[in-house]
Amino acid sequence: MTTDDFHVRFNRVQKSYDGVTLVVKDLNLNIGKGEFVTMLGPSGSGKTTCLMMLAGFEAPTQGEIVFNGRPINNIPPHKRGIGMVFQNYALFPHMTVAENLAFPLQVRRMSKSETAQKVRRALDMVQMGEFGDRYPAQLSGGQQQRIALVRALVFDPELVLMDEPLGALDKQLREKMQYEIRHIHEQLGVTVVYVTHDQSEALTMSDRIAVFNDGVIQQLASPNDLYERPENSFVAQFIGENNELNGTVVSLNDGIAQVTLDNGEQVFALAVTVEEPDKPALLSIRPERVVINPDETGAAHTIEGHVHELIYLGDHIRCRMTVGGNEQFIVKVPNAANNRRLVVGEHVRVGWTAEDCRAFATLQ
Amino acid sequence: MVEQAASGTNLRKKLQRTVRRKKIEAVGLTTPLFCVMLIFYFVPIGLMFYRSIDNSQMREILPATAKAIQQWDGEGLPGEPAYAAMVADMKHAYPNRTLARAGRRLNFDLVGFYSLLLKSGRKVSRLGGPPYKAALIKLDKKWGDPRYWKVLKRGLKNTTLIYLLAALDFRYNDNNRIVGVPDNQAIYRSIIARTIYISLSVTLLCLVIGFPIAYYMATATPRTRNILMILLLLVFWTSLLVRTLSWIVVLQKKGVVNSLLLSSGLVSHPLNLVFNRIGVYIAMTHVLLPFMVLPLYSVMRGIPPHYVRAARSLGATSIVAFIRVYIPQTKAGIGAGSLIVFIQALGYYITPALVGGPKDQMLSYFVAFFVNERVNWSMASALGVMLLVLTGSFYLIFGRRVGITNIKLG
Repeated sequence: MTTDDFHVRFNRVQKSYDGVTLVVKDLNLNIGKGEFVTMLGPSGSGKTTCLMMLAGFEAPTQGEIVFNGRPINNIPPHKRGIGMVFQNYALFPHMTVAENLAFPLQVRRMSKSETAQKVRRALDMVQMGEFGDRYPAQLSGGQQQRIALVRALVFDPELVLMDEPLGALDKQLREKMQYEIRHIHEQLGVTVVYVTHDQSEALTMSDRIAVFNDGVIQQLASPNDLYERPENSFVAQFIGENNELNGTVVSLNDGIAQVTLDNGEQVFALAVTVEEPDKPALLSIRPERVVINPDETGAAHTIEGHVHELIYLGDHIRCRMTVGGNEQFIVKVPNAANNRRLVVGEHVRVGWTAEDCRAFATLQ
Repeated sequence: MVEQAASGTNLRKKLQRTVRRKKIEAVGLTTPLFCVMLIFYFVPIGLMFYRSIDNSQMREILPATAKAIQQWDGEGLPGEPAYAAMVADMKHAYPNRTLARAGRRLNFDLVGFYSLLLKSGRKVSRLGGPPYKAALIKLDKKWGDPRYWKVLKRGLKNTTLIYLLAALDFRYNDNNRIVGVPDNQAIYRSIIARTIYISLSVTLLCLVIGFPIAYYMATATPRTRNILMILLLLVFWTSLLVRTLSWIVVLQKKGVVNSLLLSSGLVSHPLNLVFNRIGVYIAMTHVLLPFMVLPLYSVMRGIPPHYVRAARSLGATSIVAFIRVYIPQTKAGIGAGSLIVFIQALGYYITPALVGGPKDQMLSYFVAFFVNERVNWSMASALGVMLLVLTGSFYLIFGRRVGITNIKLG
């Protein structure tokens, strides 16, 4: 794939609002046609700014944004032909649902019959055919969300931007809408750039996820890779739950690092960004990958754990213990029939395979 | 079961007690305001209404005639008893100097009555005994004219509509019918029309000038917004009189504006900017502008920027987005601001009186005119009633439509 084949391309884009700090630092991002890419990150990480630059509401301080093979830096928003779903839906309160949907068609001077037909089809797409005459205030949150979604799609844009569109919905509805958006995306084949700070939403919906922090993309990968193979400690911490252990690299052997923890115990971990011995390292391990009382065959090593707290969650038991000097070390113990029940205050052996534990270099 | 029922009634009693306490509290809190409103607002307005139709003092000045004239059927001339009563009343009222008042009042209905009463009053003591009918007619032949007696009969009722009718350019004709006054005497209808026209023009000017200001304030940074707000409210820190007078200084022939225009060569003769309609528009728009800007600003603050952004992303140019998406959402502000400005403008007095010419005076000017110069409280009240009715009907017609009660200032 050459660079021109990408549907959207951010090329060394920078953005500063005050001329002092960069909100977006040297952003490079290529998005393929029909792809569902999510920008994920904490608030203030620059993800929404990126979206606004793509929509045309903010101008990059430096760099170039290319859409469909042509730079769009100097094209005003209304000529970009990019659909956008806003956080608060932004349905026009003084227009009915049908008028809202007709708006983008009217400003494109589409004929009346064609407009009516497209509005009808859009309403049918989200099963809201009989709601055309209602005003947005008369709809529930989920219904407003659906209308906002089809309004951004009704003029057949090739690219749709979504700025935390599900943020205002309750959990159940949010999950339902995630599938609905996903289905519409598959059905229409449009390119979607989605912004959220909810990692489970990002994991559920995306083809690829760009994790933002501090104005930089920390990692751009598929949900699976992002979860299984985070490339740095920020991603490891931000995506899913992780236990952190501090230590010093003793030796490196074939991509596996032997690390001495702060309390003196020795463990093995996959060397992700550690490059040489005698450097401090941060180990990251998922709670569900820790095994209690491992038979020595599976685990690379076992170390001591001291159980502090047990929380019963039905399908699993959440266990807080001290491991390698970390008092907040969490282990998820599956609630299986053959598992022995843990007791608070008990000392157990815990272990993991070296591949499940990722070692990152830390600054001194 | 019994116990449940008992506790049920008990519960109801407790609830009633709390509800009653809440009510007493609410009444207690609003009583001072209500008293003030009653004393300084509703009572004066009620008195004004009463004043505009009250005619009772005529019966006090001419009590005997008022009684005697009731017997007369209003056709031709009344009989001797009415003439005799009139003579008796005049004998009493002329030395008391109340006859002139009755004369002024009757003159309002029929010109010539004032001189008739004064002349007759002066001479009535020299009349001999009865019969008086022939004697009075001999004294002045107007006493033999049925028109005067008809006016007198109408003028001795407890209430009268002549002031309210006059305020709308109507009067009674010789047959006691309500007719319009001749065109060359009609003034009030055109004054009412002028009042509405000036108020509408000022409202429109305020809207045209105030809308961009409010929009800028709503979108500016908090710092700029505060400065603008202070500038806007600065208007309220100086008295209305000072502000109006300073417009005269600025706008007069040798004022600041004209000197600037002359020295810049834009005009060769000084413009007439004050003591005419232009001056009224400028000064009133200046004074009333904050009342337009504040409700607009308050509504605009509540419109998040993402509506216009959404419209832009859907393909609308910024102008189309502004007209089709932004302006409709400011409708409540436009309505409320316009209504407040318009209703205030209807009652404006000082500003047009100072910076306007004779043809720019509004209804309130004539209220003041009748109070200060003619000492005709009844006519002043009648015009006041017209102004109140005018204001009230505009409020009722448009107030509900724009949802003025939903507007919060600030």
